[in-house]
Amino acid sequence: MNKIETRNLSIWYGDGRVLTDVNMKIKEKCITAIIGPSGCGKTTFIKAINRMIDLTHIARIEGEILCDGENIYDDGIDVVELRKKIGMVFQKPNPFPMSIYENVAYGPRVHGIKDRRSLNEIVEKSLREAFLWDEVKDRLNEPALGSSGGQQQRLCIARALSMKPEVILFDEPCSALDPISTSKIEDLIVELKKNYTVIIVTHNMQQAARISDYTAFFLTRGELIEYGSTSRIFERPLDKRTEDYITGRFG
Amino acid sequence: MISVNFSQKIANIMLWASALITIAILFIMVGHILLNGVEVIDLQFLLESPKNAGREGGILPMIVSSLYTTGLALIVAIPLGIGSAIYLTEYAVKSPLTKAIRYATETLSGIPSIVVGLFGYTFFVIYLGLGFCVLSAGLTLSIMALPIIMRTAEESVRTVPIGYREGSLALGASKWQTIRKVLLPSASPGIVTGIVLGMGRAIGETAAIMFVVGGGWRMPISPLSPAQPLTVHLYELFSAGIISTEIGYGTATVLLAMVLAITFTANWTMRRYIKKIMGE
Amino acid sequence: MAFLVNSNKHAEWVIEKCLFLSAISAIFFIVLIIVFIFEKGLPMIIDYGLLNFILGTNWFPLDGQFGIFPMILGTLYVTAGAMVLGVPLGLACAIFLAETAPEKMKNSMEPVIESLAGIPSIVYGFFGIVVIVPFMRDAFGAGFSILTCSIILAIMVLPTIISISQDAISSVPKEYKEASIALGATHWQTIKKIILPNAMPGIATGVLLGVGRAIGETMAVLMVSGNVVKIPSSIFDPVRPLTANIALEMNYAYGIHREALFATGVILLVVTFALIMVVDYFQRGN
Repeated sequence: MNKIETRNLSIWYGDGRVLTDVNMKIKEKCITAIIGPSGCGKTTFIKAINRMIDLTHIARIEGEILCDGENIYDDGIDVVELRKKIGMVFQKPNPFPMSIYENVAYGPRVHGIKDRRSLNEIVEKSLREAFLWDEVKDRLNEPALGSSGGQQQRLCIARALSMKPEVILFDEPCSALDPISTSKIEDLIVELKKNYTVIIVTHNMQQAARISDYTAFFLTRGELIEYGSTSRIFERPLDKRTEDYITGRFG
Repeated sequence: MISVNFSQKIANIMLWASALITIAILFIMVGHILLNGVEVIDLQFLLESPKNAGREGGILPMIVSSLYTTGLALIVAIPLGIGSAIYLTEYAVKSPLTKAIRYATETLSGIPSIVVGLFGYTFFVIYLGLGFCVLSAGLTLSIMALPIIMRTAEESVRTVPIGYREGSLALGASKWQTIRKVLLPSASPGIVTGIVLGMGRAIGETAAIMFVVGGGWRMPISPLSPAQPLTVHLYELFSAGIISTEIGYGTATVLLAMVLAITFTANWTMRRYIKKIMGE
Repeated sequence: MAFLVNSNKHAEWVIEKCLFLSAISAIFFIVLIIVFIFEKGLPMIIDYGLLNFILGTNWFPLDGQFGIFPMILGTLYVTAGAMVLGVPLGLACAIFLAETAPEKMKNSMEPVIESLAGIPSIVYGFFGIVVIVPFMRDAFGAGFSILTCSIILAIMVLPTIISISQDAISSVPKEYKEASIALGATHWQTIKKIILPNAMPGIATGVLLGVGRAIGETMAVLMVSGNVVKIPSSIFDPVRPLTANIALEMNYAYGIHREALFATGVILLVVTFALIMVVDYFQRGN
């Protein structure tokens, strides 16, 4: 089943083109990795999927992104609903300056859940799903910013899970973390694909090879060079440029 | 080489000396006023009205007047200041208008308070017909406090990391929810500092309200009754030919104590708050 | 603003408009102030003649003579005096804080400067009248004078000069300093030859804002300047600055006399605008 599909997606920042005619079908409950050299439009691509790109005033978008067959750039689309359905975890852990509990409860609260018991349930479930519950259950009311970087990032994942999304976008989630924290997050992401569709941007090819089912390779100005199952891309790349990149002869 | 090292030594001494002089000035000034003032201040001084043409009695109506006018000023200036800060950082795109707003804020804080006083008199007292009263004074003082709150609040909202905004919006929060629940709490230490500075300015202001507030020794009840804040009272003691230096010391001490207490309590609370949200 | 499309979009729209209104409140107040002060003061200046007004040496409101030249001189003298005393002290403190002060000293200076800035001007005036005026009378035979006024104003402008200059000095790139030290210059030589010249626009801004504060200050000068309308001949003479003149006479002035006081306000406003423009120029040059 395709969860997300892009059709001739192009994006410009002012006069500069950052994404060129991307056509991609992203499978449900799989991990799709987006790789490519820096500045190739990877981050722009996933920010377009939950319309975080709207925050960039100079961005201009052409083409379509379908989520469950519906174009998310249609006029009638409720961005709030869209972002509930498509969660996002950022490059730098960005927990709010609140307690751990409040961080996870933030999303449900802004969408109107006030009942303490439901909130408690959501918080516990999300933290468990993010492999964080055991580490923080005794200090839920302490400031989130007092935790380690890896814990903060898992907290951000729990925060995204609290919205019961269907898709989770990861924008280089481990680039600010040490190797041990990184491997914990990778384990977690693999676990998540049982229930969620995961799209992850990474500049770490080993990471893409380790955890993803499908890999898409982008090059300058956001051209999709090659897209297919991860094993195929890494073992038998069809395009010379893909081969150069994954063998390290490029960028 | 000797002369070079010698000049370095002289310079060091001069720099240390100037810092110590500055500290000494503050301590002498505050110390002199507080030491003389404390002798005058007792419960009667704080809780009674002036008696015997101001030579005796207390200054309760003046304390109330100061708090009353300052409170009204803040009620007006805080929402405008914070609102402006949010608009400039979160909504406005750089344009001639935003530039004009910044310029106006800068200019507003530079206008001599006596000129603001003239304006308060013609506009609030006469033109709007509010008369000499607490309300006119509060509105006039809000003009004094506004640019301080605006500037400080804008600065602190601007320094909130972009990640907080993204994190919240990505959870489907609306822009206003993001502002109210994430940006403002994160920026609140800076915003409170701005409010405290504005409050200090309002409570210590004399020239801007001396033609506006009316005066007299009655306890102001309604916002439309005249009042005599501590600052105006202190001036009146002198313009009427120093009735009692003691009362002057007492009044100045109460005024100073209020300003310093506000400043230090706010600083202390904010440090604790920052510790609480940032986990040290 | 496409992402505002949601069920609360009307509320969001209203909120944005409210925020916009608060943002333009500063402009609104400035315009109101200009309109109301000029409306009352400008006709008087035109009728009386600008030059007669600012260069006239006689201020006899009852005889219809409104020359504010002595007051202008009064303001200029006390301000200049305040700068002569305040700038070296303030600048030295700024250099000390930005360059040589140990951390502990820095931390204890911060509340000192904050407090100096927070003390109400009437309290400065009060201190002046009970301490400095008697002291000056004993020392120089003149209590209420330009000098007394300048001393008080110098203290009042210290926080402005210190904090803005300190920022300017701290923001000089560290590399410049390191390069100079590496060439064998002493710290003081580096400060003098590298850091201060580079921090100049910021320091100038601090000094100008201090000038603005001194010109606009009312209560403190009102209480210690002596308030005599006379062209002073020495720094021990009493004067009456422009602001003090408004404060002193506003309560009983009426008719053209009151308009002359608003006209004085017009002059002060114009000076303020000019100063802000110069400050703006320096900041842009930075």
